[in-house]
Amino acid sequence: MKDEGRRKSACGPSEARSRRARASGGGAPRALIKDAVTGTALWVLLLTIAAAAQQVAVRPARIISLIPAVTEMLFAVGAGEQVVGVGSFDRYPPQVEKLPRVGALLDPDLEKMLSLRPDLVVIYGSQTDLQQQLERAKVPLFIYRHAGLADVTKTMRELGGRVGRGQEADAAAARVEAALDAVGRSVKGRTKPRVLLVFDREAGALRGIYASGGVGFLHDIIELAGGTNVFADVQRQSVQAGTELILARRPDVILELRLGTLGEAAARAVRSDWDAIPAVPAVRNGRVVLIADERMRVPGPRVAEAARLIAETLHPDAFK
Amino acid sequence: MTGVRTRLAVSVAGFGALAAAAILFAPLAGSTDIDLRRVFDRSLPFADNTDAQIFFVARLPRTLAGAVVGAALASAGVVFQGLLRNPLATPFTLGISSGSALGAMLAITWGWSFAALGLPAVPLASFAGAIVAVGIVYWLARARHAGLSTNVLLLAGVTMNAFFSALILFVQYFADFAQTYRTLRWLMGDLDVSSYESLIATVPLLTAAFAAFAWLARPLNLLSLGPDSAESRGIDVVRAQRTAFLSGSLATGAAVSVAGPIGFIGIIIPHLVRLIVGADHRVVLPASALFGAAFLVGCDLLARTVMSPIEVPVGVITALIGGPFFLWLLVRKG
Repeated sequence: MKDEGRRKSACGPSEARSRRARASGGGAPRALIKDAVTGTALWVLLLTIAAAAQQVAVRPARIISLIPAVTEMLFAVGAGEQVVGVGSFDRYPPQVEKLPRVGALLDPDLEKMLSLRPDLVVIYGSQTDLQQQLERAKVPLFIYRHAGLADVTKTMRELGGRVGRGQEADAAAARVEAALDAVGRSVKGRTKPRVLLVFDREAGALRGIYASGGVGFLHDIIELAGGTNVFADVQRQSVQAGTELILARRPDVILELRLGTLGEAAARAVRSDWDAIPAVPAVRNGRVVLIADERMRVPGPRVAEAARLIAETLHPDAFK
Repeated sequence: MTGVRTRLAVSVAGFGALAAAAILFAPLAGSTDIDLRRVFDRSLPFADNTDAQIFFVARLPRTLAGAVVGAALASAGVVFQGLLRNPLATPFTLGISSGSALGAMLAITWGWSFAALGLPAVPLASFAGAIVAVGIVYWLARARHAGLSTNVLLLAGVTMNAFFSALILFVQYFADFAQTYRTLRWLMGDLDVSSYESLIATVPLLTAAFAAFAWLARPLNLLSLGPDSAESRGIDVVRAQRTAFLSGSLATGAAVSVAGPIGFIGIIIPHLVRLIVGADHRVVLPASALFGAAFLVGCDLLARTVMSPIEVPVGVITALIGGPFFLWLLVRKG
């Protein structure tokens, strides 16, 4: 308020003087006009810098996120209003449907991004070209790396601090952690089934099967939800599993992630592909489960819901 | 020189024994130890017998697929090299592989899940893609010629390869990540068929192709002297070329639909065999088929055991062995 007043008093007289100068049309008043213009310009410049500095330091107002998990986190920590652009694969929360799309991992649209005048862009750690381009354009960055379950809340907190929502982020992360703990407690002490989690497979055949290895948030979810990943020993996010390997690892439950929900008949057909290897306990005991749930593909704030879903699937008795 | 019959008998016996040994040994080894007595124990129900399922569901179809695909690609290689009179020709030179790749990729990207004859969508679409590619190349090669111009055939084939590859990249660019990866993986070749249907489906196609190959041995010998002198020795050159092109394409298309475009078999096997048995197609063709079978079964055994439990794509193994060999062959020719 004090600032405002001083600014008025500084501008007021000089404007009056310049008007007078114009009216008389002399040589000396020209200097006065110059003074006035410079003065005003200086003030405007100062205010802009102050405002910009404050914004960068405290709360970016125009955030772009290329990563579905991070977009969900931004909304979860109360920074949804600040998001002005999202990646091609963002589906949640529903508000993102109205936001401009700026490409994804392989095809980021730099021009579109810059046209949105972002003051923070969240990109993948592997997007090194994009990182250089944005750095050259002096756009502040938050670099995201895909990792395990524990990193979800860690990233939420870091991100919260960065977008000026530290407290909300702490609270949201704590809620996710509490929900994850609750899932862990509810299946504690139960016999752990051996789980094969398939996230991709050729249609109509037991070929091109990709399963979760012993690294990554899907593996962590299986273990938290009271299962044992049959490929826990493979230090990779994904394993290409041939039929021999699956027969040898003898999973008790096969969880197959699907992109879309299927009708009853189609689902039965998909499950029946596994009948070619009936010696696998999961097949023999009818424990091949199709899961068409987006939450299983996004390591964001909804991981606890995903973990609970898996826990319910592995231990239906525990949730009666 | 010994007579062609003796050489044929000796090389078929030799390479046949090699192929038989590979096919018999390969199902015994793998990433898991299995107990052979349990495998053949009839008193255990099959549904509960893990060892038997590993043997009969995982390993045996895969070994047989290796044998069939190896034999088809190696002999198709011989046929294409004879037809184009070019030692660097392969079964994939004339656009067949990229045609099938386009078909397979569309099936993967658009999530087609239809099935016919017990076959899933990907092999069906890949075979259809091969037929389209072969049809276009064949039509082009005939369009400006009364007969079949091998030059046009070669140029059209190479161009179709480039064109289909561009289409593949174009569609891939808009596909999602998992689908792109699956297409890429399909291109590396995979023999884990895990069912006998896809093998049985290739039997009529390959029987027709191999019957044509048997007939082609003599015409290909004469064609190697040039079309004019072949003509003067009473060969219907156009008919021989057409048969060679269509039967070679049929064998290649069938093989690719089973296992994806596994590279280098079609070039290193024919050349190795020629080094051993000479250039007579009557011996080279059967010997290549047998050696190709043995080689691919061996490569697949390596693929599934060297880094187990992680499997190396079999096409990567054949290329790692085939690439250096191919270069050596080039330098040696120069």
